[in-house]
Amino acid sequence: MLDALLLSRLQFAANISFHILFPMITIGLAWVLLFFKLRFNATGDEKWMNAYRFWVKVFALTFALGVVSGITMSFQFGTNWPGFMNTVGNVAGPLLAYEVLTAFFLEATFLGIMLFGFKRVGNRMHTVATVLVAVGTSLSAFWILALVSWMHTPTGFEMRDGVAHVTSWMEVIFNPSFGYRMIHTMLASFLTVAFLVTGLSAYRLLRGDDTPAVQAALRLGIVMAAVLTPLQIFTGDLHGLNTLEHQPAKVAAMEALWETQRGAPLVLFGLPDAETQSNRFAIELPGMASLILTHDMQGEVKGINEFPGAHPPVAPVFWSFRVMVGIGMLMLLASWAAAWSLKRKGQLPPMLLKGLALMTFSGWVGVLAGWYTTEIGRQPFLVTGVLRTADAVTSVPAGNIALTLALYLLLYAVLITAYITVVFYLARQAGQADSKTSEPTAHGPRVLAGKAATEGGHA
Amino acid sequence: MLEQVPDLTTAAGWLPLAFMLVMGLAILAYVILDGFDLGVGLLLQLGDGDKQKDTMIASIGPFWDANETWLVLGIGILLVAFPVAHGIVLGALYLPVALMLIGLTLRGVAFDFRVKARDEHKSTWDFAFFAGSLLASLAQGYMLGRFVTGFAEDLWSYLFACLIALGMASGFALLGSTWLIIKTTDELQRRAITWAKRSIVLLAIGVAGVSLATPFVSQRIFEKWFGLENLIVLWPIPAMTAVTFLIAYRSLARLPERLDKDLHDSEWIPFASTVAIFMLAFHGLAYSLFPYVVMDRMTIWEAAAAPESLMFIFVGAIIVLPVIVGYSVYAYRVFRGKATDLSYY
Repeated sequence: MLDALLLSRLQFAANISFHILFPMITIGLAWVLLFFKLRFNATGDEKWMNAYRFWVKVFALTFALGVVSGITMSFQFGTNWPGFMNTVGNVAGPLLAYEVLTAFFLEATFLGIMLFGFKRVGNRMHTVATVLVAVGTSLSAFWILALVSWMHTPTGFEMRDGVAHVTSWMEVIFNPSFGYRMIHTMLASFLTVAFLVTGLSAYRLLRGDDTPAVQAALRLGIVMAAVLTPLQIFTGDLHGLNTLEHQPAKVAAMEALWETQRGAPLVLFGLPDAETQSNRFAIELPGMASLILTHDMQGEVKGINEFPGAHPPVAPVFWSFRVMVGIGMLMLLASWAAAWSLKRKGQLPPMLLKGLALMTFSGWVGVLAGWYTTEIGRQPFLVTGVLRTADAVTSVPAGNIALTLALYLLLYAVLITAYITVVFYLARQAGQADSKTSEPTAHGPRVLAGKAATEGGHA
Repeated sequence: MLEQVPDLTTAAGWLPLAFMLVMGLAILAYVILDGFDLGVGLLLQLGDGDKQKDTMIASIGPFWDANETWLVLGIGILLVAFPVAHGIVLGALYLPVALMLIGLTLRGVAFDFRVKARDEHKSTWDFAFFAGSLLASLAQGYMLGRFVTGFAEDLWSYLFACLIALGMASGFALLGSTWLIIKTTDELQRRAITWAKRSIVLLAIGVAGVSLATPFVSQRIFEKWFGLENLIVLWPIPAMTAVTFLIAYRSLARLPERLDKDLHDSEWIPFASTVAIFMLAFHGLAYSLFPYVVMDRMTIWEAAAAPESLMFIFVGAIIVLPVIVGYSVYAYRVFRGKATDLSYY
């Protein structure tokens, strides 16, 4: 029987999984658009403006999805997790408030000018608007990741009568995991965008759309991916070591280590079994987990047994971690092969283009897997050591939550399908001469002049 | 009422009051700003053909996103300044909140999908834009109604909430149609005048109905408004509302004639008077509710977060809010005048 706790968790997971897909694109894509704009300003080369024109459409669509799914998030705290704000509202509230005040209004307002104001404000102001949207999206990431990090590694507060009170805002914001999480997440956003730009450009090339703008975008995407993937692997490792220090139970789950031991093996594959507290069909590399985590083959690594009643479920954390790492390795392989091929031959073989086109949304898989690793890894706590998830849940009847969950899932399934379909449709359209959305109707274009006249006639 | 007010010279006394003010203004800004773009959504299906629909969408295109951010601010302040009330209110409104969110999501994305998806899907997204706007408007009115009655469970309270839902949708339709009068020309503008005339009649019935019913679903509000000394001080609010209605209606009635003579200087009056109606209604509502953040159960002081946390936000809000207002005004100035086609370059 599904209870309010499990349903609320599923609903929150569904909402945030859907939401995070879109900011992960807009945060990085905003800076890529700025790059196109600045290159155009500097060189006057039309290809940069053409690249901008195509990608700004993808950006607008993605941004809209990010905004509406974000509004849903802001209500979830109250509707499903009242205990969260009751207990740590003094910490979470101001961080969320600053996100709205400094980031949301900035990006939302200047987005209008960035998208539709080119003819009205002139090139310089339009560039400024693009900068402000890019700054706004990244600033938004700063505040929300400060809160997320604080939930993992809370500092700078004291508990009085069961309620958290802030003692130092600097310690709250710059808590121990914040720096690692911020860099890891920002890089994830840029990587998601790198593969999106590369993949969609490869798709257009495969369809014979060989314009300079597509070539320029492909080149940029490949360079970004080839440089950032190893950087991301490196920061991921640092983030992992930070987690080992502050949330050892999460790392034990990631590595499926049930018992504390020296010379802990790296479990390459296995089926973690919570009943028997062991892994079935395990393929292990002896001593490697100790080497990775302690940089010593004989180092001691804490196992799940150290955290009775306070450790996350092992299997989902173990598996999402492996999916994330797998995507990372695939990205490294693909981006370096593409970069090498581009450098040697100046172009990519069709097989590689196909592979990259298939990887268009690979960043999303990596992001979700990483997100599940870290957030499920925080369980059973909502705020590590301070508040258990079960203690924060609403008293709304389970039936109501099941109903809304079903509605959200249906809506999200429709929207995600529509989004991916339309993004590829835009890519196909962009290749054709009379690109469809370049001049959306109303008073302007010639095509509609005749139609407008007839409509005026029977008024 | 006075015994509920603590010492206002202390931070724990005046900060909740200040936040209630900011929250009230954010919600008012939301209702008026998103009100007109929700209203355009309600009217979209009445537009004759793609061209008119495109113009209607273009009239709100650069604004809707920032308009919705006021909702996030309003609900954000409820969340951060009155965390305990936030849980109670949103828990009690669980289903309408979810329906509103689904409505807002549908319309927000339909706005973008309709011009980017295949042509044959455009009418589907237009319908989604309309349906989402309708769902969100009705849900918001319903929630207001539930809130005012303190989430009472009797039949009359539910009917009262449904009445407010209809009134809210009529109000948004009026805001939307009068906004279109400012932003459009020719045939669409004439149609908008017709829509506005119908909406204002519906809204007048709605406001009258709600004003008459409110005192009877809440004993406390009844005493607040109909105590003898209060009656003398408060009568200007309903009187001014009635006068504003008349101004709006007269201006709408005369507008076609003036437009025939190519006189455009009074196009803004219907929208401005509609905004005035909303502000007056909001004022009356605020007076009825104060000092409760959960009707008859919890005052703003009982629900407030710790003073040091409120202070941390207050300082930022004082600095940032004027800047937000400044660049919002700038954005509206950039896109002033008649709506032109939404072009990305």
